[in-house]
Amino acid sequence: MRVNRFWLPLVGFLVLAGVFFVALKRAPTGGGERLVQSVLIGKPASAFTLPSVLDPAMPVSLADFKGRWVLLNVWATWCVECRAEHQVLLDVQREGKVAIVGLDYKDEDPAANEWLQRLGNPYDAVASDPEGRVALDYGVYGAPENFLIDPNGVIVHKHIGALTSEVWRRDFQSRVDGAS
Amino acid sequence: MLPELGQFALILAMLLAFAQAFFGIAGPARRNERWIAATAPAVAGQFVLTVFAFATLVYAFVHNDFTLRSVAGHSNSALPVYFRVAATWGHHEGSMLFWILVLSIWTVAVAAFSRRLPRAFQARVLGVLGVLSAGFLLFTLATSNPFERLDRLLPDGVDLNPVLQDFALTIHPPMLYVGYVGFSVAFAFACAAMLEGKLDQTWARWTRPWTTVAWMFLTVGIALGSWWAYYELGWGGWWAWDPVENAILMPWLLGTALIHSLAVTDKRGLFKSWTLLLAIGAFSFSLLATFLVRSGVLTSVHSFAADPGRGIFILSFLVVMIGGALALYVWRAPLLRSQAGFDLVSREAFLLYNNILLVIATFVIFGGNMAPFLSDILGLGSLSVGPPYFNPTFLVSMIPLLALVAIGMHARWKRGNLGESRRVLLVSLGTALVLGLAMAIGIYGLHDVRAPLGTLLGFWIILSSLVDPIDRLRRRLSLSAAVVGMTLAHVGLGLLTLGITTTESARVERDVALAPGQSAELGGYRFTFVKTEAAEGPNYDAVRADVQVSRGDRDVALLQPERRTYWVQQTALAEAALGVNFRRDLLATMGESLGKGAWSFRLQVRPLMSLLWLGAALMALGGLCAATDRRYRQAVRSTATDPLASPARAGSAVT
Repeated sequence: MRVNRFWLPLVGFLVLAGVFFVALKRAPTGGGERLVQSVLIGKPASAFTLPSVLDPAMPVSLADFKGRWVLLNVWATWCVECRAEHQVLLDVQREGKVAIVGLDYKDEDPAANEWLQRLGNPYDAVASDPEGRVALDYGVYGAPENFLIDPNGVIVHKHIGALTSEVWRRDFQSRVDGAS
Repeated sequence: MLPELGQFALILAMLLAFAQAFFGIAGPARRNERWIAATAPAVAGQFVLTVFAFATLVYAFVHNDFTLRSVAGHSNSALPVYFRVAATWGHHEGSMLFWILVLSIWTVAVAAFSRRLPRAFQARVLGVLGVLSAGFLLFTLATSNPFERLDRLLPDGVDLNPVLQDFALTIHPPMLYVGYVGFSVAFAFACAAMLEGKLDQTWARWTRPWTTVAWMFLTVGIALGSWWAYYELGWGGWWAWDPVENAILMPWLLGTALIHSLAVTDKRGLFKSWTLLLAIGAFSFSLLATFLVRSGVLTSVHSFAADPGRGIFILSFLVVMIGGALALYVWRAPLLRSQAGFDLVSREAFLLYNNILLVIATFVIFGGNMAPFLSDILGLGSLSVGPPYFNPTFLVSMIPLLALVAIGMHARWKRGNLGESRRVLLVSLGTALVLGLAMAIGIYGLHDVRAPLGTLLGFWIILSSLVDPIDRLRRRLSLSAAVVGMTLAHVGLGLLTLGITTTESARVERDVALAPGQSAELGGYRFTFVKTEAAEGPNYDAVRADVQVSRGDRDVALLQPERRTYWVQQTALAEAALGVNFRRDLLATMGESLGKGAWSFRLQVRPLMSLLWLGAALMALGGLCAATDRRYRQAVRSTATDPLASPARAGSAVT
């Protein structure tokens, strides 16, 4: 038994090297296709009421958007990917097919406000979740993450990582259009 | 012509590196004295050729030889000469050559300064370093040749990235590389010992000064990088947990663990296999991290795959080196049983806890660094893992670590209770508690529990590490360089803790729009925007603002932040202005022009920021001091003195 543990570093390293080899071999083109489906799909979206980033006195509640398709976007100013994603969100907002609810994850309101002023505000409402409590209910472990919630308040799709226009059309818009 | 000579020299250097690797490893294995004797000359030859190759590249940069792809891509005739020299290592190809140069310098140093090592052992160390050199040279020549010519003639180069045109950044990479590559010596010592199948306490003593010096350079390198980010990137952030910074921090943490583990192996002959693993780990993380960053694999899989040849080569090389070392470890480590035991509150035990926490911290960072990459290759999309992950997880391992540093310094080797040190610890803890609370709550009015905890720990480490040296001085006993070094480094750690806690908890910042004559209040200071004027640098135009800072009726500083536009790449860059004294840093950064002479500014007041740099400097100085200890230069005896036999030494030197 005593000998076995000396193998551990080597095995760990080789596994890691294997992952890199796979990464090189796959030489991915465009976004990945495979998705690990979240267990939340098909479940009702957990309700929340949080202060708004824009005005802490104004509560933001998911219930207000019942009856509409909602894109719940988890973002933060410290998140590099979110900056690229922001333009896509602005485009989605312009199309006007869904309401976009932002969940500002583990962030500071002044920074978030500055961000929205500078880059434009794509959100119908932005909730401030500095402790990440609500994000916890949604199984968020990083930013950005995106949830598509149908008019009945059920989560129909989850995308981990930045939304691109391609992902939006393929995974989100198709579901919205398909339902109506 | 000269670049071709440089390239030719590089090819010869590679052949000699292969010779060095072969003679160094095969010589001792076959007990062939002539092969062993051939190792050192190969090192010398490889060194001379590498220096020559590097010099030709520097020459090409200084003399604006834009027929070279590397020069045309990263330099410009308007660039000041010292930046042109720095541009030599400011890009992938050049930095690879610089890596090789630094490795070659360390190898020569090992050859020169370890003549008193057994000849066979020294040859093995040089042989392992030869394998590394050969691999790097092959990689550089095959995939990243810095001497590649362009097929067309360019009138001028496209310039060095303006962000990199900065003094701290010209010396930051060399320092880092010297540190990174320095861990290769510990790695080579570990591999040599495993090849030989013999690892005793003298081995640890030989390895210690090399590791400490490498660690010192790495400390300086990290501090410079952080300082650069602090004033150059203009946001006042000194650590952002970005993948590149993390990549630097991981080998530093493992190197710190290695330094302490080596101390135990040296003093007590314990933790042998653990020390070996750390020696392999510290260098492996240097290698892995450098390449992950260099290849861009962490920011995006795509840029890595853009040149699969390079990626496969790097990976194969890593597998050979790290995998080879770890395979040796599987083979040899089971032979290294320690006879001695130790108690749960002995110094050995505390150093073990400290090691475990440092390794945990390393893996926490590693996990965070790899998560975006893994998520990307598994097709989960791109993801950022930022400070919300790193800050709490890192603190969870650092807070107990800091407390253990304060306690561990007073624990005795082997013995199972703190004895008379208990009183010292309680008194210093009590004093630290008063000082910490007074500072965090009394002076800065911080009520978040983390602030007084941080100041308390900072003070405790400082007080606790000063007790013994002061006691010895009072009794007119001499202090060894090792003890002085340890004390300096630990006081540095305490100051760093105080500085980080205070500056992060008590900093204030504000984004304001100011027209000339207007002012803004922040943290008891009044920032008045006086005027802007045009300024011109050697290769940029700038708008410079005068921001007068006053407190009450007194003027305290004139800040002159700039907004620069670099001619060649037409990039705009904000150059922050700092007003520094011991108590606080004042920062002003210029944002956008808002028309009618008004500008947006980011103003910051950061208390005790200078403690960060002071702390890091003391840690590095401590490392330097400890490495010069007389013990490392004494003739090696086969059995180290039992530390318990001479009580005067029992409490000394764990740096």
